[in-house]
Amino acid sequence: MMEKMIFGRFIPGDSFVHRMDPRSKLLFVFAFIVIVFLANNVATYALLLAFTLFVILMSKIRLYFLINGLKPVIILLIFTFMIHILFTREGDIIFQLGFFKVYEEGLRQGIFISIRFLVLVFMTSILTLTTSPISITDGLETLLNPLKKIKLPVHELALMMSIALRFIPTLMDETDKIMKAQMARGSDLSAGPLKDRIKAVVPLLVPLFVSAFKRAEDLATAMEVRGYRGGEGRTRYRQLKWDWRDTTSLASLVVVTIILVVLRN
Amino acid sequence: MDIKLQQVSYAYSIGTPFEKYALFDVDLTIPSQTYQAIIGHTGSGKSTILQHFNGLLKPSKGQVHIGERVIEAGKKAKELKPIRQKVGIVFQFPEHQLFEETVLKDIMFGPMNFGVSETEAEKRAKELIKLVGLPEETLNKSPFDLSGGQMRRVAIAGVLAMDPEVIVLDEPTAGLDPRGQREIMDMFYTLHKERGLTTILVTHSMEDAAKYADRIAIMHEGKCVLNGTPHEIFSDAKTLETYRLELPHIVRFQQKIENMMNLRLSKICLTEEELAEEVSRVLRKGRDYQ
Ligand SMILES: Nc1ncnc2c1ncn2[C@@H]1O[C@H](COP(=O)(O)OP(=O)(O)O)[C@@H](O)[C@H]1O
Ligand SMILES: [Mg+2]
Repeated sequence: MMEKMIFGRFIPGDSFVHRMDPRSKLLFVFAFIVIVFLANNVATYALLLAFTLFVILMSKIRLYFLINGLKPVIILLIFTFMIHILFTREGDIIFQLGFFKVYEEGLRQGIFISIRFLVLVFMTSILTLTTSPISITDGLETLLNPLKKIKLPVHELALMMSIALRFIPTLMDETDKIMKAQMARGSDLSAGPLKDRIKAVVPLLVPLFVSAFKRAEDLATAMEVRGYRGGEGRTRYRQLKWDWRDTTSLASLVVVTIILVVLRN
Repeated sequence: MDIKLQQVSYAYSIGTPFEKYALFDVDLTIPSQTYQAIIGHTGSGKSTILQHFNGLLKPSKGQVHIGERVIEAGKKAKELKPIRQKVGIVFQFPEHQLFEETVLKDIMFGPMNFGVSETEAEKRAKELIKLVGLPEETLNKSPFDLSGGQMRRVAIAGVLAMDPEVIVLDEPTAGLDPRGQREIMDMFYTLHKERGLTTILVTHSMEDAAKYADRIAIMHEGKCVLNGTPHEIFSDAKTLETYRLELPHIVRFQQKIENMMNLRLSKICLTEEELAEEVSRVLRKGRDYQ
């Protein structure tokens, strides 16, 4: 049931994107999130979309798989699109059916917001799909290192993040198991009126919380008995290496940004 | 209720890069009221096959017949609830499924989902708590205050409370103390006999398979490679070896006796009594060398 969700999952591979340094990937995605907001007309949104498709191509992840795995997100997307269609009342009416009117501006905004949403979700998914959780945290920790000067607990934050990422699949498996066990006892999450469905969540959540707390406790004990004492003086097994791929990709992003600035109105 | 698997294949995460076949063309028929054991190495697909018995998993290829119902690859399966009531599954580590405030409520959860009245569900809970070997006071406790072994018994009672015709057990005694293991296995066997249940037991214990089962199926790398009576299965030590399985203690003991006394018994013995009788028969006949 949960096995189709790809959020936070990592697919090993050796594409261009897989081989990039996690630091450059993180910088790339953060920068991309910012420049998405530069787009404000057809040309700029088309460019964003094309660029995203190009990155997906470079990551060698099948588009079909990506779309299939992001189904829950896509439902949200359709929802925002509908909101724009229904509530924006500007420009000419391009379609009318009784009370229901679609305005030009509404359609435009709906499409733009959807594209913005889609490219953001795709880019961040590509990041997590092509980068192992450990690399992501390593990268983040290195990037945030300067902030140690202002007493930000960078190591602890990175550790928290890597633990959280590490346990996403475990929790998913656990959810799947408990869900099946309760379904075998006749509880039904996918049918019946909404009230019953909400009730059916309790038998799922209670065992899930119990096991998550137990896991957390076990993990804390395991770390303590193995002498974990924070980031002081720790060395690294994996060394990060910046190479031509990283420079190229960041350069390409700069180029895209310049074109965006030129094209926007 | 007969259960029949025909050419069943199953793939996890089908249509994604993680696609993984766990079952290949499995044919298995379990007639009503049979005690069927399923043995096999870890990862051989035992737990996957179990989830087909009540429609939790739908075959990627092939058909599953559960009584009158057919669940077929590629077709939508509707209204699975009646099947789930008739086929109760005790999952591995079933204590993880407890969630209610009291043991009583947790045991009543299953039957009430299937439309059993509150009084009837409560009555069942009171009977079953004794059946699984816990005092009646346990019913008012929180399940999270119990020991692991007690939680296991409560979870088992919770499945039995649905009053299923078929009971599916996925390594029900893993991690229990030896005495608890024996008690629980004996309880399931008594139920099997008294209520005329169909019992399907996944186990790593060759002893349990030999002792209780009418038939034993062997799973190996997603295929059902053998299905026969305990005598047939345990007569062929070489084949078992290729599937990385062992003989039950008693059969290994028999082999030792045979080697020591330099004789061959006429059959494989699966219980101490059977073996003792067989040995004494041979001795009485005055060393019937073969
Ligand atoms: N949820 C799942 N997702 C993907 N693969 C799985 C899942 N569950 C089991 N598998 C795989 O299917 C195979 C059979 O597993 P399983 O039926 O649990 O074996 P057994 O119970 O005999 O140990 C194993 O190779 C296992 O890794
Ligand atoms: Mg298993």
